[in-house]
Amino acid sequence: MKLISHLGRYLLLMKEVFVKPDRVKEFFRQILIEIQSLGIDSLGITVIISIFVGAVVAIQTAYNIDTPLIPMSMVGFTARQSIILEFSPTMLSLVLAGKVGSRIASELGTMRVTEQIDALEIMGINPANYLIQPKVFASVIINPVLIIFSIAFALFGGWLACVTTGIVTSNDYIVGLQSWFEPYTVTYALIKTAVFAFIIASVSGYQGYYTRGGALEVGSASTRAVVFSSILIITSNLILTQLLLV
Amino acid sequence: MIEAQSINKSFENNHVLKDVSVKFQKGHTNLVIGQSGSGKTVLIKCLVGLHEIDSGAIIFDERDFSRMSFKQRKKIRKEIGMLFQGGALFDYMNVEENVGFPLKMFSNKTAKERLDRVNFCLDRVNLSKANKLMPSELSGGMMKRVAIARAIALNPKYLFCDEPNSGLDPQTATVIDNLIYEITHEYDITTVINTHDMNSVMEIGDSISFLYKGELWWEGSKDQIFNTGNKEVDDFVFASELYKKLK
Repeated sequence: MKLISHLGRYLLLMKEVFVKPDRVKEFFRQILIEIQSLGIDSLGITVIISIFVGAVVAIQTAYNIDTPLIPMSMVGFTARQSIILEFSPTMLSLVLAGKVGSRIASELGTMRVTEQIDALEIMGINPANYLIQPKVFASVIINPVLIIFSIAFALFGGWLACVTTGIVTSNDYIVGLQSWFEPYTVTYALIKTAVFAFIIASVSGYQGYYTRGGALEVGSASTRAVVFSSILIITSNLILTQLLLV
Repeated sequence: MIEAQSINKSFENNHVLKDVSVKFQKGHTNLVIGQSGSGKTVLIKCLVGLHEIDSGAIIFDERDFSRMSFKQRKKIRKEIGMLFQGGALFDYMNVEENVGFPLKMFSNKTAKERLDRVNFCLDRVNLSKANKLMPSELSGGMMKRVAIARAIALNPKYLFCDEPNSGLDPQTATVIDNLIYEITHEYDITTVINTHDMNSVMEIGDSISFLYKGELWWEGSKDQIFNTGNKEVDDFVFASELYKKLK
Protein backbone atom coordinates (compact mmCIF):
# COMPACT_ATOMS: atom_id res chain seq x y z
CA MET A 1 0.00 0.00 0.00
CA LYS A 2 2.80 2.38 0.94
CA LEU A 3 4.55 1.66 -2.35
CA ILE A 4 1.40 2.51 -4.33
CA SER A 5 0.95 5.69 -2.31
CA HIS A 6 4.56 6.71 -3.06
CA LEU A 7 4.10 5.90 -6.74
CA GLY A 8 0.95 8.02 -6.87
CA ARG A 9 2.62 10.94 -5.14
CA TYR A 10 5.65 10.64 -7.41
CA LEU A 11 3.46 10.72 -10.52
CA LEU A 12 1.51 13.72 -9.21
CA LEU A 13 4.79 15.51 -8.53
CA MET A 14 6.00 14.74 -12.06
CA LYS A 15 2.76 16.23 -13.38
CA GLU A 16 3.66 19.46 -11.56
CA VAL A 17 7.28 19.27 -12.69
CA PHE A 18 6.66 18.86 -16.41
CA VAL A 19 4.70 22.00 -17.21
CA LYS A 20 5.87 25.06 -19.11
CA PRO A 21 8.36 27.00 -16.97
CA ASP A 22 7.30 30.43 -15.64
CA ARG A 23 10.31 32.07 -17.29
CA VAL A 24 11.86 30.15 -20.18
CA LYS A 25 15.06 32.25 -20.12
CA GLU A 26 15.50 31.57 -16.40
CA PHE A 27 14.81 27.87 -17.02
CA PHE A 28 17.67 27.60 -19.53
CA ARG A 29 19.95 29.49 -17.15
CA GLN A 30 19.06 27.00 -14.41
CA ILE A 31 19.80 24.07 -16.74
CA LEU A 32 23.30 25.44 -17.38
CA ILE A 33 23.89 25.88 -13.65
CA GLU A 34 22.72 22.32 -12.98
CA ILE A 35 24.84 20.94 -15.83
CA GLN A 36 27.80 22.50 -14.07
CA SER A 37 26.95 21.31 -10.57
CA LEU A 38 25.51 17.87 -11.37
CA GLY A 39 27.59 16.99 -14.41
CA ILE A 40 30.85 18.86 -14.85
CA ASP A 41 31.61 18.60 -11.13
CA SER A 42 31.26 14.81 -11.42
CA LEU A 43 33.84 14.55 -14.19
CA GLY A 44 36.74 13.99 -11.77
CA ILE A 45 35.20 11.00 -10.02
CA THR A 46 34.04 9.64 -13.40
CA VAL A 47 37.55 9.72 -14.81
CA ILE A 48 39.22 8.19 -11.73
CA ILE A 49 36.72 5.33 -11.36
CA SER A 50 36.70 4.61 -15.09
CA ILE A 51 40.48 4.37 -15.44
CA PHE A 52 40.81 1.97 -12.51
CA VAL A 53 37.83 -0.21 -13.37
CA GLY A 54 38.94 -0.35 -17.04
CA ALA A 55 42.37 -1.50 -15.85
CA VAL A 56 40.88 -4.17 -13.57
CA VAL A 57 38.55 -5.47 -16.29
CA ALA A 58 41.50 -5.84 -18.69
CA ILE A 59 43.72 -7.60 -16.14
CA GLN A 60 40.95 -9.98 -15.03
CA THR A 61 40.10 -10.85 -18.64
CA ALA A 62 43.75 -11.54 -19.44
CA TYR A 63 44.02 -13.65 -16.27
CA ASN A 64 41.11 -15.82 -17.39
CA ILE A 65 42.53 -16.50 -20.84
CA ASP A 66 44.71 -19.51 -20.16
CA THR A 67 44.65 -21.24 -23.52
CA PRO A 68 46.79 -20.29 -26.52
CA LEU A 69 43.76 -20.98 -28.75
CA ILE A 70 42.21 -17.68 -27.71
CA PRO A 71 44.12 -14.71 -29.09
CA MET A 72 45.21 -12.06 -26.55
CA SER A 73 43.39 -9.46 -28.63
CA MET A 74 40.26 -10.87 -26.94
CA VAL A 75 41.28 -8.87 -23.88
CA GLY A 76 40.65 -5.63 -25.75
CA PHE A 77 37.43 -6.96 -27.26
CA THR A 78 36.05 -8.22 -23.92
CA ALA A 79 37.06 -5.07 -22.05
CA ARG A 80 35.35 -2.91 -24.69
CA GLN A 81 32.13 -4.93 -24.60
CA SER A 82 31.98 -5.01 -20.78
CA ILE A 83 32.72 -1.33 -20.48
CA ILE A 84 30.30 -0.09 -23.15
CA LEU A 85 27.46 -2.47 -22.39
CA GLU A 86 27.54 -2.55 -18.63
CA PHE A 87 30.26 -0.85 -16.66
CA SER A 88 30.00 2.70 -17.94
CA PRO A 89 26.22 3.09 -18.22
CA THR A 90 25.13 1.04 -15.21
CA MET A 91 27.96 1.06 -12.71
CA LEU A 92 28.74 4.70 -13.26
CA SER A 93 25.05 5.60 -13.00
CA LEU A 94 25.02 3.84 -9.62
CA VAL A 95 28.00 5.95 -8.57
CA LEU A 96 26.22 9.08 -9.82
CA ALA A 97 23.08 8.03 -7.93
CA GLY A 98 25.21 8.26 -4.81
CA LYS A 99 26.90 11.53 -5.66
CA VAL A 100 24.25 13.44 -7.59
CA GLY A 101 21.15 11.82 -6.06
CA SER A 102 22.18 12.59 -2.49
CA ARG A 103 23.07 16.13 -3.51
CA ILE A 104 19.66 16.75 -5.12
CA ALA A 105 17.75 15.24 -2.20
CA SER A 106 19.70 17.09 0.46
CA GLU A 107 19.50 20.39 -1.45
CA LEU A 108 15.73 20.17 -1.87
CA GLY A 109 15.24 18.73 1.62
CA THR A 110 17.13 21.62 3.17
CA MET A 111 15.14 24.09 1.08
CA ARG A 112 11.95 22.43 2.32
CA VAL A 113 12.79 22.45 6.03
CA THR A 114 14.09 26.03 5.89
CA GLU A 115 10.83 27.13 4.19
CA GLN A 116 12.57 28.21 0.97
CA ILE A 117 10.18 26.06 -1.06
CA ASP A 118 7.22 27.64 0.78
CA ALA A 119 8.69 31.06 -0.07
CA LEU A 120 8.74 30.14 -3.77
CA GLU A 121 5.17 28.90 -3.61
CA ILE A 122 3.94 32.07 -1.94
CA MET A 123 5.60 34.15 -4.64
CA GLY A 124 3.37 32.33 -7.13
CA ILE A 125 6.14 30.14 -8.53
CA ASN A 126 5.55 26.42 -9.09
CA PRO A 127 8.44 25.16 -6.91
CA ALA A 128 8.41 21.61 -8.29
CA ASN A 129 8.74 22.94 -11.81
CA TYR A 130 11.30 25.60 -10.94
CA LEU A 131 13.53 23.35 -8.84
CA ILE A 132 13.21 19.83 -10.24
CA GLN A 133 12.69 20.27 -13.98
CA PRO A 134 16.11 21.86 -14.68
CA LYS A 135 17.81 19.11 -12.65
CA VAL A 136 16.06 16.38 -14.66
CA PHE A 137 16.86 18.00 -18.00
CA ALA A 138 20.45 18.74 -16.99
CA SER A 139 21.00 15.15 -15.84
CA VAL A 140 19.48 13.66 -18.99
CA ILE A 141 21.71 15.92 -21.10
CA ILE A 142 25.00 15.67 -19.19
CA ASN A 143 25.04 12.07 -17.92
CA PRO A 144 25.37 10.56 -21.42
CA VAL A 145 28.30 12.94 -21.99
CA LEU A 146 29.88 11.69 -18.77
CA ILE A 147 29.36 8.13 -19.93
CA ILE A 148 31.18 8.86 -23.20
CA PHE A 149 34.09 10.16 -21.12
CA SER A 150 33.82 7.13 -18.88
CA ILE A 151 33.99 4.71 -21.84
CA ALA A 152 37.02 6.51 -23.26
CA PHE A 153 38.90 6.61 -19.97
CA ALA A 154 38.01 3.04 -19.03
CA LEU A 155 39.33 1.77 -22.36
CA PHE A 156 42.42 3.88 -21.82
CA GLY A 157 42.78 2.42 -18.30
CA GLY A 158 42.60 -1.09 -19.77
CA TRP A 159 45.29 -0.24 -22.31
CA LEU A 160 47.47 1.31 -19.60
CA ALA A 161 47.17 -1.81 -17.42
CA CYS A 162 48.01 -4.12 -20.33
CA VAL A 163 51.02 -2.10 -21.44
CA THR A 164 52.47 -1.42 -17.99
CA THR A 165 52.10 -5.00 -16.75
CA GLY A 166 53.07 -6.49 -20.11
CA ILE A 167 50.27 -9.10 -20.10
CA VAL A 168 48.96 -7.95 -23.47
CA THR A 169 50.78 -5.94 -26.08
CA SER A 170 49.50 -2.53 -27.04
CA ASN A 171 48.89 -3.77 -30.57
CA ASP A 172 46.85 -6.80 -29.45
CA TYR A 173 44.73 -4.67 -27.15
CA ILE A 174 43.98 -2.09 -29.87
CA VAL A 175 43.20 -4.81 -32.43
CA GLY A 176 40.77 -6.28 -29.91
CA LEU A 177 39.13 -2.93 -29.32
CA GLN A 178 38.48 -2.56 -33.05
CA SER A 179 37.22 -6.11 -33.62
CA TRP A 180 33.52 -6.70 -34.39
CA PHE A 181 32.55 -3.26 -33.22
CA GLU A 182 28.84 -2.50 -33.43
CA PRO A 183 28.01 1.22 -33.06
CA TYR A 184 24.55 0.22 -31.72
CA THR A 185 26.15 -0.82 -28.43
CA VAL A 186 27.07 2.81 -27.82
CA THR A 187 23.52 3.90 -28.67
CA TYR A 188 22.25 1.28 -26.23
CA ALA A 189 24.60 2.60 -23.54
CA LEU A 190 23.47 6.19 -24.11
CA ILE A 191 19.77 5.29 -24.03
CA LYS A 192 20.27 3.40 -20.77
CA THR A 193 22.21 6.30 -19.28
CA ALA A 194 19.53 8.83 -20.21
CA VAL A 195 16.85 6.67 -18.54
CA PHE A 196 19.02 6.20 -15.44
CA ALA A 197 19.69 9.95 -15.33
CA PHE A 198 15.94 10.61 -15.34
CA ILE A 199 15.49 8.11 -12.51
CA ILE A 200 18.29 9.63 -10.42
CA ALA A 201 17.10 13.24 -10.78
CA SER A 202 13.36 12.63 -10.46
CA VAL A 203 13.46 10.08 -7.63
CA SER A 204 15.97 12.14 -5.65
CA GLY A 205 13.93 15.26 -6.37
CA TYR A 206 10.83 13.49 -5.06
CA GLN A 207 12.60 12.37 -1.88
CA GLY A 208 13.98 15.85 -1.20
CA TYR A 209 10.82 17.73 -2.12
CA TYR A 210 8.63 15.92 0.40
CA THR A 211 11.09 16.06 3.30
CA ARG A 212 9.44 16.95 6.60
CA GLY A 213 11.17 17.82 9.85
CA GLY A 214 14.77 18.90 10.28
CA ALA A 215 18.38 17.99 9.63
CA LEU A 216 17.90 14.32 10.55
CA GLU A 217 15.08 13.93 8.02
CA VAL A 218 17.17 15.65 5.34
CA GLY A 219 19.83 12.98 5.92
CA SER A 220 17.21 10.22 5.73
CA ALA A 221 15.78 11.68 2.51
CA SER A 222 19.25 11.73 1.02
CA THR A 223 19.83 8.08 1.95
CA ARG A 224 16.42 7.05 0.60
CA ALA A 225 17.16 8.89 -2.65
CA VAL A 226 20.33 6.85 -3.18
CA VAL A 227 18.72 3.53 -2.19
CA PHE A 228 15.57 3.94 -4.32
CA SER A 229 17.49 5.34 -7.31
CA SER A 230 19.92 2.40 -7.17
CA ILE A 231 17.14 -0.18 -6.94
CA LEU A 232 15.28 1.42 -9.84
CA ILE A 233 18.46 1.62 -11.93
CA ILE A 234 19.16 -2.08 -11.43
CA THR A 235 15.56 -3.02 -12.19
CA SER A 236 15.23 -0.84 -15.25
CA ASN A 237 18.64 -2.05 -16.44
CA LEU A 238 17.20 -5.55 -16.76
CA ILE A 239 14.07 -4.30 -18.53
CA LEU A 240 16.03 -2.07 -20.94
CA THR A 241 18.51 -4.80 -21.74
CA GLN A 242 15.66 -7.14 -22.57
CA LEU A 243 13.97 -4.48 -24.70
CA LEU A 244 17.01 -3.13 -26.51
CA LEU A 245 19.37 -6.07 -26.93
CA VAL A 246 17.32 -9.23 -27.14
CA MET B 1 -8.82 43.67 3.60
CA ILE B 2 -8.39 39.95 4.24
CA GLU B 3 -11.24 38.00 5.72
CA ALA B 4 -11.28 34.48 7.11
CA GLN B 5 -14.83 33.14 7.25
CA SER B 6 -15.49 30.18 9.55
CA ILE B 7 -12.37 28.34 8.58
CA ASN B 8 -11.63 24.86 9.85
CA LYS B 9 -8.44 22.91 9.47
CA SER B 10 -7.56 19.45 10.75
CA PHE B 11 -4.50 17.26 10.46
CA GLU B 12 -5.76 13.68 10.65
CA ASN B 13 -7.59 13.65 14.01
CA ASN B 14 -6.15 16.91 15.27
CA HIS B 15 -8.66 19.73 14.78
CA VAL B 16 -6.29 22.73 14.75
CA LEU B 17 -8.51 25.61 13.60
CA LYS B 18 -12.09 25.62 14.81
CA ASP B 19 -14.50 27.84 12.98
CA VAL B 20 -12.19 30.86 12.96
CA SER B 21 -13.66 34.07 11.53
CA VAL B 22 -11.51 37.16 11.55
CA LYS B 23 -11.00 40.34 9.50
CA PHE B 24 -7.62 41.95 8.86
CA GLN B 25 -7.87 45.63 7.99
CA LYS B 26 -5.98 47.43 5.24
CA GLY B 27 -3.21 49.78 6.43
CA HIS B 28 -3.15 48.09 9.84
CA THR B 29 -0.66 45.82 11.53
CA ASN B 30 -3.00 42.99 12.45
CA LEU B 31 -1.46 40.78 15.11
CA VAL B 32 -2.44 37.18 15.71
CA ILE B 33 -1.29 36.17 19.16
CA GLY B 34 -1.58 33.07 21.29
CA GLN B 35 0.44 30.39 23.00
CA SER B 36 2.57 27.91 21.10
CA GLY B 37 0.28 25.31 19.56
CA SER B 38 -2.74 27.61 19.51
CA GLY B 39 -2.90 27.47 15.69
CA LYS B 40 -1.31 30.79 14.73
CA THR B 41 1.12 29.39 12.19
CA VAL B 42 -1.53 27.09 10.72
CA LEU B 43 -3.86 30.08 10.38
CA ILE B 44 -1.27 32.16 8.55
CA LYS B 45 -0.35 29.20 6.31
CA CYS B 46 -4.03 28.70 5.50
CA LEU B 47 -4.37 32.39 4.65
CA VAL B 48 -1.53 32.26 2.13
CA GLY B 49 -2.61 28.90 0.73
CA LEU B 50 0.25 26.76 2.00
CA HIS B 51 -2.39 24.66 3.78
CA GLU B 52 -5.77 24.00 2.21
CA ILE B 53 -8.67 24.70 4.55
CA ASP B 54 -11.27 21.97 5.23
CA SER B 55 -14.20 24.39 5.20
CA GLY B 56 -14.93 28.12 5.25
CA ALA B 57 -13.55 30.80 2.97
CA ILE B 58 -10.59 33.17 2.71
CA ILE B 59 -11.37 36.43 0.98
CA PHE B 60 -8.73 38.88 -0.30
CA ASP B 61 -10.55 42.14 -1.11
CA GLU B 62 -13.72 40.38 -2.24
CA ARG B 63 -11.78 37.66 -4.11
CA ASP B 64 -12.40 34.16 -2.77
CA PHE B 65 -8.84 32.84 -2.55
CA SER B 66 -9.82 29.50 -1.05
CA ARG B 67 -11.84 28.44 -4.09
CA MET B 68 -9.30 29.44 -6.70
CA SER B 69 -7.12 27.09 -8.75
CA PHE B 70 -3.30 27.28 -8.57
CA LYS B 71 -3.29 29.43 -11.72
CA GLN B 72 -5.94 31.82 -10.43
CA ARG B 73 -4.13 32.13 -7.11
CA LYS B 74 -0.97 33.15 -8.91
CA LYS B 75 -2.34 36.63 -9.50
CA ILE B 76 -3.06 37.17 -5.81
CA ARG B 77 0.20 35.58 -4.78
CA LYS B 78 2.09 38.22 -6.72
CA GLU B 79 0.40 40.73 -4.41
CA ILE B 80 1.59 38.87 -1.31
CA GLY B 81 4.87 39.31 0.52
CA MET B 82 5.80 36.95 3.30
CA LEU B 83 8.39 37.07 6.01
CA PHE B 84 9.17 33.61 7.36
CA GLN B 85 10.36 32.78 10.85
CA GLY B 86 13.85 31.88 9.65
CA GLY B 87 13.92 34.37 6.79
CA ALA B 88 13.76 31.61 4.12
CA LEU B 89 16.37 33.36 2.01
CA PHE B 90 17.61 31.30 -0.93
CA ASP B 91 20.99 30.24 0.36
CA TYR B 92 22.57 29.85 -3.08
CA MET B 93 21.84 33.49 -3.95
CA ASN B 94 23.45 36.61 -2.53
CA VAL B 95 21.40 39.40 -0.96
CA GLU B 96 20.97 41.29 -4.23
CA GLU B 97 19.81 38.18 -6.09
CA ASN B 98 17.43 37.24 -3.26
CA VAL B 99 15.74 40.63 -3.26
CA GLY B 100 15.75 40.82 -7.06
CA PHE B 101 14.37 37.30 -7.52
CA PRO B 102 10.64 38.16 -7.51
CA LEU B 103 11.36 41.06 -9.86
CA LYS B 104 13.22 38.78 -12.25
CA MET B 105 10.41 36.23 -12.23
CA PHE B 106 7.41 38.53 -12.39
CA SER B 107 8.31 41.92 -13.78
CA ASN B 108 9.43 43.08 -17.17
CA LYS B 109 11.97 45.47 -15.74
CA THR B 110 15.42 45.70 -17.30
CA ALA B 111 18.47 44.59 -15.29
CA LYS B 112 19.23 48.23 -14.47
CA GLU B 113 15.67 48.92 -13.30
CA ARG B 114 15.72 45.76 -11.21
CA LEU B 115 18.98 46.77 -9.58
CA ASP B 116 17.58 50.21 -8.80
CA ARG B 117 14.54 48.65 -7.16
CA VAL B 118 16.71 46.20 -5.20
CA ASN B 119 18.89 49.03 -3.96
CA PHE B 120 15.81 51.02 -3.00
CA CYS B 121 14.39 48.10 -1.00
CA LEU B 122 17.72 47.42 0.68
CA ASP B 123 18.04 51.11 1.54
CA ARG B 124 14.56 50.99 3.02
CA VAL B 125 15.64 48.26 5.44
CA ASN B 126 18.98 49.99 6.14
CA LEU B 127 21.12 47.42 4.36
CA SER B 128 22.48 49.51 1.53
CA LYS B 129 25.93 47.93 1.46
CA ALA B 130 24.99 44.28 1.80
CA ASN B 131 24.29 43.51 -1.89
CA LYS B 132 26.99 40.92 -2.41
CA LEU B 133 26.80 39.15 0.94
CA MET B 134 25.58 35.56 1.06
CA PRO B 135 22.83 34.58 3.55
CA SER B 136 25.39 32.58 5.56
CA GLU B 137 27.30 35.81 6.18
CA LEU B 138 24.29 37.63 7.66
CA SER B 139 23.22 37.95 11.29
CA GLY B 140 19.68 36.96 12.31
CA GLY B 141 18.48 40.57 12.24
CA MET B 142 20.06 41.21 8.83
CA MET B 143 18.43 38.07 7.44
CA LYS B 144 15.03 39.28 8.57
CA ARG B 145 15.66 42.69 7.02
CA VAL B 146 16.71 41.13 3.70
CA ALA B 147 13.58 38.97 3.86
CA ILE B 148 11.49 42.13 4.39
CA ALA B 149 13.25 43.79 1.44
CA ARG B 150 12.44 40.75 -0.72
CA ALA B 151 8.84 40.75 0.52
CA ILE B 152 8.29 44.39 -0.48
CA ALA B 153 10.20 44.22 -3.79
CA LEU B 154 7.03 43.79 -5.84
CA ASN B 155 5.03 46.41 -3.88
CA PRO B 156 2.75 43.87 -2.21
CA LYS B 157 -0.79 44.65 -1.12
CA TYR B 158 -0.61 42.05 1.64
CA LEU B 159 2.26 41.28 3.98
CA PHE B 160 2.37 38.19 6.19
CA CYS B 161 4.95 37.82 8.93
CA ASP B 162 5.40 34.56 10.81
CA GLU B 163 7.02 35.35 14.17
CA PRO B 164 9.21 38.09 12.70
CA ASN B 165 11.32 38.62 15.80
CA SER B 166 11.79 35.08 17.04
CA GLY B 167 15.40 34.38 17.88
CA LEU B 168 16.36 38.05 17.93
CA ASP B 169 17.65 40.14 20.82
CA PRO B 170 15.11 42.67 22.18
CA GLN B 171 16.79 45.63 20.52
CA THR B 172 16.90 44.04 17.05
CA ALA B 173 13.38 42.70 17.55
CA THR B 174 12.16 46.26 18.11
CA VAL B 175 13.96 47.43 14.96
CA ILE B 176 12.23 44.70 12.91
CA ASP B 177 8.84 45.45 14.50
CA ASN B 178 9.17 49.15 13.77
CA LEU B 179 10.28 48.46 10.21
CA ILE B 180 7.21 46.33 9.55
CA TYR B 181 4.99 48.95 11.17
CA GLU B 182 6.48 51.79 9.09
CA ILE B 183 6.24 49.84 5.84
CA THR B 184 2.63 48.88 6.55
CA HIS B 185 1.57 52.49 7.04
CA GLU B 186 3.84 53.94 4.35
CA TYR B 187 2.50 51.66 1.59
CA ASP B 188 -0.99 51.10 3.04
CA ILE B 189 -0.51 47.32 3.16
CA THR B 190 -2.73 44.78 4.90
CA THR B 191 -0.24 43.21 7.28
CA VAL B 192 -0.85 40.07 9.32
CA ILE B 193 1.74 39.28 11.97
CA ASN B 194 1.83 36.09 13.91
CA THR B 195 3.62 36.50 17.24
CA HIS B 196 3.68 35.56 20.90
CA ASP B 197 5.86 38.49 21.85
CA MET B 198 4.02 40.95 24.10
CA ASN B 199 6.56 43.65 23.29
CA SER B 200 5.47 43.47 19.64
CA VAL B 201 1.86 43.69 20.74
CA MET B 202 2.55 46.88 22.67
CA GLU B 203 4.83 48.37 19.99
CA ILE B 204 2.93 47.79 16.77
CA GLY B 205 -0.43 46.11 17.44
CA ASP B 206 -3.07 48.14 15.59
CA SER B 207 -5.54 45.31 16.00
CA ILE B 208 -5.07 42.05 17.86
CA SER B 209 -6.69 38.64 17.54
CA PHE B 210 -6.09 36.12 20.30
CA LEU B 211 -6.22 32.43 19.41
CA TYR B 212 -6.78 29.84 22.10
CA LYS B 213 -6.71 26.12 21.29
CA GLY B 214 -7.60 26.78 17.68
CA GLU B 215 -10.49 29.16 18.40
CA LEU B 216 -10.64 32.91 18.03
CA TRP B 217 -10.98 33.82 21.69
CA TRP B 218 -10.72 37.59 21.74
CA GLU B 219 -10.29 40.59 19.39
CA GLY B 220 -9.41 44.17 20.21
CA SER B 221 -6.67 46.78 20.33
CA LYS B 222 -3.48 47.04 22.35
CA ASP B 223 -5.20 49.53 24.65
CA GLN B 224 -7.93 47.04 25.48
CA ILE B 225 -5.78 43.97 25.97
CA PHE B 226 -4.96 44.71 29.63
CA ASN B 227 -8.63 44.90 30.60
CA THR B 228 -10.30 42.09 28.73
CA GLY B 229 -11.64 40.32 31.82
CA ASN B 230 -10.89 37.12 29.98
CA LYS B 231 -8.91 34.55 31.95
CA GLU B 232 -7.11 32.96 28.98
CA VAL B 233 -6.09 36.35 27.56
CA ASP B 234 -4.91 37.52 30.99
CA ASP B 235 -2.90 34.33 31.48
CA PHE B 236 -1.13 35.01 28.19
CA VAL B 237 -0.65 38.76 28.61
CA PHE B 238 0.49 38.65 32.23
CA ALA B 239 2.69 35.60 31.92
CA SER B 240 5.87 37.63 32.40
CA GLU B 241 6.89 39.29 35.67
CA LEU B 242 7.20 42.64 33.91
CA TYR B 243 3.59 42.71 32.79
CA LYS B 244 2.40 41.37 36.14
CA LYS B 245 4.08 44.37 37.77
CA LEU B 246 2.52 46.68 35.19
CA LYS B 247 -0.86 45.27 36.04
